Amino acid sequence: MARADAHRAIDAIWRIESARLIAGLARMVRDVGLAEDLAQDALVRALETWPESGVPDNPGAWLMATAKHRAVDRLRRNVNLERKQEQLGRDVGAQLALSAAELAIAREEDLGDDLLPLMFTCCHPVLSTKARIALTLRLLGGLTTEEIARAVLVSGPTAAQRIVRAKKTLAQARVPFEVPGREELGDRLASVLEVLYLVFNEGYSATAGDDWMRPALSREALRLGRVLAALMPGEPEVHGLVGLMEIQASRIGARTSPAGEPVLLLEQDRARWDPLLVRRGLAALAQAEALGGTLRPYALQAAIAACHARARTPEATDWTRIATLYGALSQLSPSPVVELNRAVAVGMALGPAAGLELVDALADEPSLQGYHLLPSVRGDLLAKLGRISEARREFERAAALTENARERRLLSERAVACTD
Amino acid sequence: MRFMLFMHPNTDVIGEDWEGPSADDVAEMGKFNEELTQAGVLLAVDGLHPPTEGARVRRTDGKVAVTDGPFAEAKEVVGGYWTIDVKSKEDAVEWASRCPLSEGDMIEVRRVYEMSDFPEDVQAAAELSQEPPEQTAAR
Repeated sequence: MARADAHRAIDAIWRIESARLIAGLARMVRDVGLAEDLAQDALVRALETWPESGVPDNPGAWLMATAKHRAVDRLRRNVNLERKQEQLGRDVGAQLALSAAELAIAREEDLGDDLLPLMFTCCHPVLSTKARIALTLRLLGGLTTEEIARAVLVSGPTAAQRIVRAKKTLAQARVPFEVPGREELGDRLASVLEVLYLVFNEGYSATAGDDWMRPALSREALRLGRVLAALMPGEPEVHGLVGLMEIQASRIGARTSPAGEPVLLLEQDRARWDPLLVRRGLAALAQAEALGGTLRPYALQAAIAACHARARTPEATDWTRIATLYGALSQLSPSPVVELNRAVAVGMALGPAAGLELVDALADEPSLQGYHLLPSVRGDLLAKLGRISEARREFERAAALTENARERRLLSERAVACTD
Repeated sequence: MRFMLFMHPNTDVIGEDWEGPSADDVAEMGKFNEELTQAGVLLAVDGLHPPTEGARVRRTDGKVAVTDGPFAEAKEVVGGYWTIDVKSKEDAVEWASRCPLSEGDMIEVRRVYEMSDFPEDVQAAAELSQEPPEQTAAR
């Protein structure tokens, strides 16, 4: 095998094995930073030896065994250092400490279960949101620091520092490497889901001309969501988030025109929605629903996305159901944007007057000032009610507020069309 | 990148009198599928009934001809496939190497075309061949 080919093959193995490797090591050494160093040592060893010797039959086990040896070496070195510094002849005590550590490290255990505590650790509330994202991409996604920097639009040194600090913070706070207990689980799981969805949206918001690492984030978030769903099959919100991401990802090929301009949901060519991802999304949502209980925010958003996915044409959309779902969402996690979306759905389901009533209630909402969709939605409802000159003013206002050129053109066209 | 892994079982073993996979084979394959699921890369997996129960539809001299199985020239037979989403061809090959194959079995790794793989003019042509986009209700 040529060296370059061998390295690409090793990279592939690394992408498959690294998270489990780091997770297994973190359980043993109780420090994700150290665990990653050990895993990296093993990777370096593999890059040195595999191109000559060939890839071993079970590369995951090889990497783990190598990393464990490194761990023991390091422990031994530390013990020796301590001995020299203190100049004490307490060989027995030191040896006892060492063999206990070696024993713990040599213990053979199933690695799959360790991914879950690794996810919770990477998304621990002691870390800032940005640090959680960086660490998750690094330790669970196996991304290099450089890739993370390109993906989240920061410089290489900034990304590197973010990761180093995050590891230090976890070590200093003595964050235990475990799945949180019952009373903590809800909040901690919410943090994991939030990080995954933030990563997904970071990729989803990428535009033409962006570095390819950015859209790749959506796929990575979706993959990690699927991993989490496999590890926590009894959690409806995990399936809810996976369903939401699958359905949104199904539209990636339809949501930009060949010229790279965004295409709004109702104008998308539905033949371009990825049927495999739609099917997976609907299945994930069905799983969330089958687990019982009232739907939580991600599952509700998945259910809304599913209404669009099931409609063969925009006219076939079940707006009544969407309005109901937005109503439920608005109660669980109220926000002006959710309320505006509910107004659109109500306007479609019950008529423009009902929608306008909800939109007008949002007129003084501070967080929506400067948000182009407020006047855009209001203009649409007014136009349907025949209040043409009011509608024109709203479209003009919306056009002035949007930063998207195609949307601005569309809104200006609608303003011009508002003449009797 | 999306890849399909096509399983070509050893046709010397899987002949006319073959009675399907053993419980052990199924359990082994189940473990492999579980690994793919746990890694979050598996999009779809299907096993296929033997070609004896299938049919071939072919166009020759402008006419469509249908032949029912079994097929005389069946040297390579697809027994099933996986659809996976991974970062590179090497990843897909690595996963295929981990499949519990029997002696003589073969997996063909093929990349699935995605819209972004096409040059822009082809993408534009695909766009033109579709219905014009639906407008929002108000227009």
